[in-house]
Amino acid sequence: MSANAYIAADSGTGETFVLNLGPQHPATHGVLRVKLTMDGEYIRRAEPVCGYIHRMHEKMGENRTWAQFLPNTSRIDYLSAMAYTQAYVARVERAARLAVPPRAEYIRVITCELNRISSHLVWFGAFLLDLGGFTPLLYAFDDREKILDLLEAITGSRLTYCYYRFGGLCNDVDKDFIEGSRAFVAHMRPRLELYRKLVTDNIILRKRLEGIGPISAQMCRRYGATGPVIRGSGVAYDVRKVEPYSAYPEFDFDIPVFKEGDCMARYLVRMEEIRQSLRIVEQALDRLPEGPVMAEKVPRTLKIPPGDYCFAVEAARGRFAVRLVSDGTDTPYRVKLRTPSFSNLSLFEEASRDMMLPDALALMGSLDLVIPDIDR
Amino acid sequence: MSLAEPIRLLLFLAGILGFVALNAAYLVWVERKGAGRFQRRPGPTEVGYAGLLQPLADGLKLLSKQLIVPPGADGVLFRLAPLMVMAPAMMCLAVIPFSETLVARDLNVGLVMVFAFGSINVLALLLGGWASRNKYAIISAARVVSQDVAYEIPMLLAVITVMMVTGTLNLGEIVQQQEGGCWRWNLFRLEANPLMPVTFLIFYICMLAETNRAPFDMAEAESELVAGAFTEYAGMGFGVFFMAEYANIAVGCCLAAVLFLGGWQSPIGVFPGLFWFLLKVYLLVFSVIWVRWTFPRTQFYGLLNLSWKILIPLSLFTLVLTSAAMKVW
Repeated sequence: MSANAYIAADSGTGETFVLNLGPQHPATHGVLRVKLTMDGEYIRRAEPVCGYIHRMHEKMGENRTWAQFLPNTSRIDYLSAMAYTQAYVARVERAARLAVPPRAEYIRVITCELNRISSHLVWFGAFLLDLGGFTPLLYAFDDREKILDLLEAITGSRLTYCYYRFGGLCNDVDKDFIEGSRAFVAHMRPRLELYRKLVTDNIILRKRLEGIGPISAQMCRRYGATGPVIRGSGVAYDVRKVEPYSAYPEFDFDIPVFKEGDCMARYLVRMEEIRQSLRIVEQALDRLPEGPVMAEKVPRTLKIPPGDYCFAVEAARGRFAVRLVSDGTDTPYRVKLRTPSFSNLSLFEEASRDMMLPDALALMGSLDLVIPDIDR
Repeated sequence: MSLAEPIRLLLFLAGILGFVALNAAYLVWVERKGAGRFQRRPGPTEVGYAGLLQPLADGLKLLSKQLIVPPGADGVLFRLAPLMVMAPAMMCLAVIPFSETLVARDLNVGLVMVFAFGSINVLALLLGGWASRNKYAIISAARVVSQDVAYEIPMLLAVITVMMVTGTLNLGEIVQQQEGGCWRWNLFRLEANPLMPVTFLIFYICMLAETNRAPFDMAEAESELVAGAFTEYAGMGFGVFFMAEYANIAVGCCLAAVLFLGGWQSPIGVFPGLFWFLLKVYLLVFSVIWVRWTFPRTQFYGLLNLSWKILIPLSLFTLVLTSAAMKVW
């Protein structure tokens, strides 16, 4: 609160005007529109207007087969596609009683965590861009490029991966991928140290983030905010730990938690998460079991027994959950997607009240919003 | 050289125009190239050798674009603003001594004139922001005014400190007093004021703020205000604003070199004065570019706090210290 202490929130004139932040604005990183009621540079009310990139993913799920919906999942949050695909695939597998071979689970963990690192790197660059620092973006993209190259080699795509299949993976990883991942882990650790020296310890950055945009654990719970947002508010909520799935229970990793709840805490959570993801990748590579990557006897047309199924994973932005309702046919009766960005955005209105415009944009950046993830 | 006065003035006019144009164009190139190097990429390479013709290509592109005046905007003020930001920068250069003999007008009140014209810059940005009839531009205009008012004060206090040490407002004389090696530069005249390097630092920070450079680029703040005061400007209207930014940086760095780094005085006695002057100026310009690509932007109120709570008291303190030192010795 220290940095904010000398601005009285009620020091405005009482005269307000409406400022349209977006749908085309450099700071919203997409087509999000926020209707700001401003008093000078103070925000009195921020009203997010969603729907500019609504693509009806949930409706699309209702008129295509279980397998045909698979590519859709990677297009919801394009930066964290692996985790989204995993949630859908894992739930369908469980409902259809398909046993996934351990090697496939391990590779899922590796690719998910690499994807998480690349997502956090994009956020790191974009967030600094919001704060007016252009250079870190290019450093972060340089590192991210290495991950994209690795994932491209095994999945064939660079962003919207469709690598997981019901029962396993579409193809096995090769030696190049394993060696490349090891090299990346070795490369990334000193880079994090470089980022700390270059960015985290910068006095201007600290002044801009410390005490800015405080979000309490209570507020996170009320709005259902998850991921680095709630972990930056002192709650150790991570689906990988509280509802373990895939091969995560077999690895030793920590959930970084910072209790301050300000932008700096969320920043530090994500930077620490990159480190933890590197740990997971390293362990998974060391213990990667041999064997097939695809379950035997996966039926060509999958039919899920009637029922209501739900499954959650920890995506890069928080808890992503799918709810699948099946009526026993080869298409889902209903697909409901619970996306973290939507919940994280919903607290923006309350959290940004009486903040100044640049601080509110720092807050918005620290929520790490991906707009297609909000609109779906 | 005994040229007739009108011819001399015309030559200087052409020289200053050329200097400003060359700087405005090629500092953009230096900035892009420098930014590229800081970010581990090559920067412009396509147009000409090492992208050297890039500024020309950019200029042509901007010239060929339509000048759009937004409906409802004040057309006259809107068109006037880019001129008013460019012209003062050229005026300032009239009194800057490039070398012992190379100065357009050796005014006795040169320093005052530089500041008088330097302040018009604010007005131009205010006009541009106000006349655009755009909310982002108006916020930016309000920011520019409070920022430049806040930073003019410590800057002037730092300059007054120098003025008290040198006892003159004539820029040529200020440089002459710094003759004879680095330690004679105002920057290192610790016997007059032990805090002289701090004064230089204050001047440098204020110069960054006055020219709206990162980390104090509140007027443009692209992630907050889209393009601030320039949001509605298209084509060459934007281009002139853009070039004026670099012209102002050049003026600021010239002034810093004259006031603190001995102007055209050579530290080792070889090469002509012009060489040393330009070397100092461009080293300063490079540092300005370096700062921009290294630091994130400050908060707006953080910026004002820095000025009112740190820079102004500090510069007042150095001023008092200087006067005390003058009394003692």
